Amino acid sequence: MTTQTLETAQDTRTIRLADGDGWFTVCDRELLTPGRGVAALLPDGRQVALFVDRSGRVHAIDNRDPFTGAYVLSRGLVGSAGGRPFVASPLLKQRFDLETGACLDDDEVSVPVFAVRAD
Amino acid sequence: MPVSTPPTALTAGVPTIVVVGHGMVGQRFLEALADRGLTPAAGTARVVVLCEEPRPAYDRVQLTSYFSGRTPEDLSLVEPGFMERHGIELRVGDPAESVDREARTVTARSGETFSYDTLVLATGSYPFVPPVPGKDAEGCFVYRTIEDLLAIEEYARNARTGAVVGGGLLGLEAAGALKGLGLDTHVVEFAPRLMPVQVDEGGGAALLRTIENMGLTVHTGVGTQEVTAGEDGRVDGMCLSDGSSLETDLVVFSAGVRPRDQLARDCGLAVGPRGGIVVDEECRTSDSAVFAIGECALASDGRVYGLVAPGYEMALAVAEVIAGNAASFTGADLSTKLKLLGVDVASFGDAHGAAEGCLDVVYADSRSGLYKKLVIGQDGTLLGGVLVGDADQYGTLRPMTGTVLPVAPEQLVLPAGAGGPVTLGPSSLPDDAVICSCHNVTKGAICEHTTLPEVKKCTKAGTGCGSCVKVIGQLLPQPADQGLCGCFEYTRSELYEIVRTLGVTTYAGLLDSHGREQARGGDGCEVCKPTVGSIIASLAPTVGASGYVLDGEQAALQDTNDHFLANLQRNGSYSVVPRIPGGEITPEKLIVIGEVARDFGLYTKITGGQRIDLFGARVDQLPLIWTRLVDAGFESGHAYGKSLRTVKSCVGQTWCRYGVQDSVKMAIDLELRYRGLRSPHKLKSAVSGCARECAEARGKDFGIIATAQGWNLYVGGNGGATPRHADLLAQDLSDAELVRLIDRFLMFYIRTADRLERTSTWLDRIEGGLDHVRDVVVHDSLGLCDELERLMADHVGGYRDEWAATIGDPERLRRFVTFVNAPDAPDPSVKFVPERDQVKPDLDILAGPVLAIRTLEGTSS
Ligand SMILES: Cc1cc2nc3c(=O)[nH]c(=O)nc-3n(C[C@H](O)[C@H](O)[C@H](O)COP(=O)(O)OP(=O)(O)OC[C@H]3O[C@@H](n4cnc5c(N)ncnc54)[C@H](O)[C@@H]3O)c2cc1C
Ligand code: SF4
Ligand code: FES
Repeated sequence: MTTQTLETAQDTRTIRLADGDGWFTVCDRELLTPGRGVAALLPDGRQVALFVDRSGRVHAIDNRDPFTGAYVLSRGLVGSAGGRPFVASPLLKQRFDLETGACLDDDEVSVPVFAVRAD
Repeated sequence: MPVSTPPTALTAGVPTIVVVGHGMVGQRFLEALADRGLTPAAGTARVVVLCEEPRPAYDRVQLTSYFSGRTPEDLSLVEPGFMERHGIELRVGDPAESVDREARTVTARSGETFSYDTLVLATGSYPFVPPVPGKDAEGCFVYRTIEDLLAIEEYARNARTGAVVGGGLLGLEAAGALKGLGLDTHVVEFAPRLMPVQVDEGGGAALLRTIENMGLTVHTGVGTQEVTAGEDGRVDGMCLSDGSSLETDLVVFSAGVRPRDQLARDCGLAVGPRGGIVVDEECRTSDSAVFAIGECALASDGRVYGLVAPGYEMALAVAEVIAGNAASFTGADLSTKLKLLGVDVASFGDAHGAAEGCLDVVYADSRSGLYKKLVIGQDGTLLGGVLVGDADQYGTLRPMTGTVLPVAPEQLVLPAGAGGPVTLGPSSLPDDAVICSCHNVTKGAICEHTTLPEVKKCTKAGTGCGSCVKVIGQLLPQPADQGLCGCFEYTRSELYEIVRTLGVTTYAGLLDSHGREQARGGDGCEVCKPTVGSIIASLAPTVGASGYVLDGEQAALQDTNDHFLANLQRNGSYSVVPRIPGGEITPEKLIVIGEVARDFGLYTKITGGQRIDLFGARVDQLPLIWTRLVDAGFESGHAYGKSLRTVKSCVGQTWCRYGVQDSVKMAIDLELRYRGLRSPHKLKSAVSGCARECAEARGKDFGIIATAQGWNLYVGGNGGATPRHADLLAQDLSDAELVRLIDRFLMFYIRTADRLERTSTWLDRIEGGLDHVRDVVVHDSLGLCDELERLMADHVGGYRDEWAATIGDPERLRRFVTFVNAPDAPDPSVKFVPERDQVKPDLDILAGPVLAIRTLEGTSS
């Protein structure tokens, strides 16, 4: 196994998403691979895509790809452009800024973002 | 016979131009007319073309490429719609039979008669067949038209030996073709050396050695005395002038050409004592209303030109004269560069050193078949030269003819390491130097453009023999940034070399060490991550990275398809494709696939690659599905990866009455050998059991067609939106030779191709094209083959089925859940509705609670 896995294995932090006034506990931070996403289900049925970038920061955006309607953004590839992290939809490859939810390839489109913490 | 009247109002009252002969020069003339607005469409002339052959003009210069897979259609010189667009009346298969100069009419074989104001003869030449006894026996051919080649190909099927009479340019080409058809080939040349017209004695000797090394038998200094035939009337041998004889099943005469001037003779036009229609500097014959251009003309300098470039110049001159301008053709040089049987041969200017007081600078190395000679005048000007074995300098030296060389001539002929060679870049050429001699295009004209396709389109440079393309490439501005993406300034093939030589095993390591400054330390992007992931995967056993694509950091590099080892479909579900090597499957396994599909409610479809695609699986179902498939003996089909897809096969010799080899077994062997091989793009293959080609192998990246002697390997084929027939790489290979050659070919492709570049585009892009690839993988010109084979051996030895490796490992299985916080909850957005007794995605669900309208817009964009 590589060193990265060892590092994350020691990571005992928990990821929480803003939910109304409180925080909804999602999972252990170690379940996320840097550069890759996972999907989480909120109590109200909404789907959230969670990512960890290379610097260790956690991001959360809506899981639904607005271009196709499919709930797949968590399965896209993470990258960075000009220092800002983005995810590219696995279907038609449009990119979304992980901090603002804005689509980088179409000014008119954006996805909701969620407040998230890992501690 | 009634005189044919102009068919449309457009051409009423305008002069009529009749062109006899629609060969290379005839077509060039029509294009020159169109460029000058002398067409029916422009309302300025009626143009009628009488074409003897059963097809419009084609590229005779490239005729031999028919044997390496170019179809007659590929060879066409006529842009689709050209005749219609300009309103030109082309009469295919209807030659001119007579000319009445008094009445100014031409009568065609169909009986139709055309009046002309201007008549242009472009009848070309015919192959000269020496009047030896037996020359008409069955099995004697000439080498000039597509029909000739078709006939030779057909006859060669039942022949073992072939002989070519004539060791000139065309004779050697024909010999190469016969050899390519699997015949034991002889060349009989009357002169004491090969290519007597183009090269001198030393050059001929270098050529001879190389050609003999290729397995051709050359007889120089002997003439053909008689062709003998058996009782069935078919050729069985030849008697030579030195008293010896030769057994042969087929004879190709290539003893020179003669101008086709019979039509001109019959109507009383002046012809030369040794043939050729006499023309003046404007290419006008002895009748001022009649012109002659191309190989049928005896030019004003007293020569008949047997090359296409001078013919093109004549065509342009005549079009210019008809348009009312001044133009002339007073002669051309006989420079040629060819690749004969893989050997570069070039001669230019005064190749034989005929000028008074000139001296030769010669370098010869008989071991490597190299011969270079420059002819230098008394005052130091370059007068001409001969290059055999390595003619790279032709492109720069020819345009320098007539000038004093900027460096000592011996430096230009010596090999590297011996004080030379000084490579003279094309930048040292003056602006008026002719770079493309086929189309007479100067350096200045080329430098007005920025890309090769643009140069070809606007100036035609590079569209003739192609020998100038390399120099054109050097003259054009180099694209500023060919980097892979915003993160790397290197191309894919450069990154491949970096990973291979430095043994880089992680993406992050590569990005931080070789990425662009601003991208280092970042997350990369969706372009370079999978590309680098694929490079590392294809080199994994060699550089010591994990062979499992989802280990450690590699997991984060893969597109979702690779990440879940399945293909993402439009509603977020995945499809599953088990490997069915060669398309052969037992009933038991078929039943398992059926049961799995039924139990998981999957939509099933037979693919074009002879296997079965199961659609509609949720992420969490993938491991369950694969557990059953792996238990039944299936492996991943890699339908999700940029890697080998399938090797299709026809049923072959085992069952088919036409088959000559076991195509199914070969397909299975190849599919199992290359399964899992990560490459720049997907790879497809097929094996056909005979020339009927039921497996459509020539539409594949590498296709194999059985012959009675073994296998023919074709490469670079493609179906899809830009279909391309694969080119013949090598023929009559044994099983082992075939596999070894494919190993090398694939590894060379993986090493040098760009991201998402299929073999077809790669082959068209790389410098030197198919010939270069053949040099590298067949003749090992770069000394790479051992390494390429070793890399493939590493791959074959390191292969593990990804799905078997996944379902056996709980850690790896953890990713196959829809929700990280609710592993047991199925994806609520993946739903299906019935269609034709199966299911299809329920897209209504995806319209979603919000943004329904925007979604529609987005989808259609
Ligand atoms: C195998 C091969 C390789 C060659 N390689 C090279 C090379 O590398 N470089 C180079 O410069 N040259 C090469 N050549 C020579 C080149 O092909 C010719 O110079 C060129 O084709 C001449 O063009 P053309 O139009 O004058 O004659 P052609 O192309 O022969 O066209 C003449 C046409 O006129 C037709 N015709 C004749 N009589 C009549 C009639 N009465 N009515 C109607 N139609 C008629 C003929 O059927 C023919 O189609 C090669 C030739 C061959 C065969
Ligand atoms: S390619 Fe030949 S061997 Fe194969 S099925 Fe067709 S006819 Fe039979
Ligand atoms: S020199 Fe033949 S195409 Fe340019």
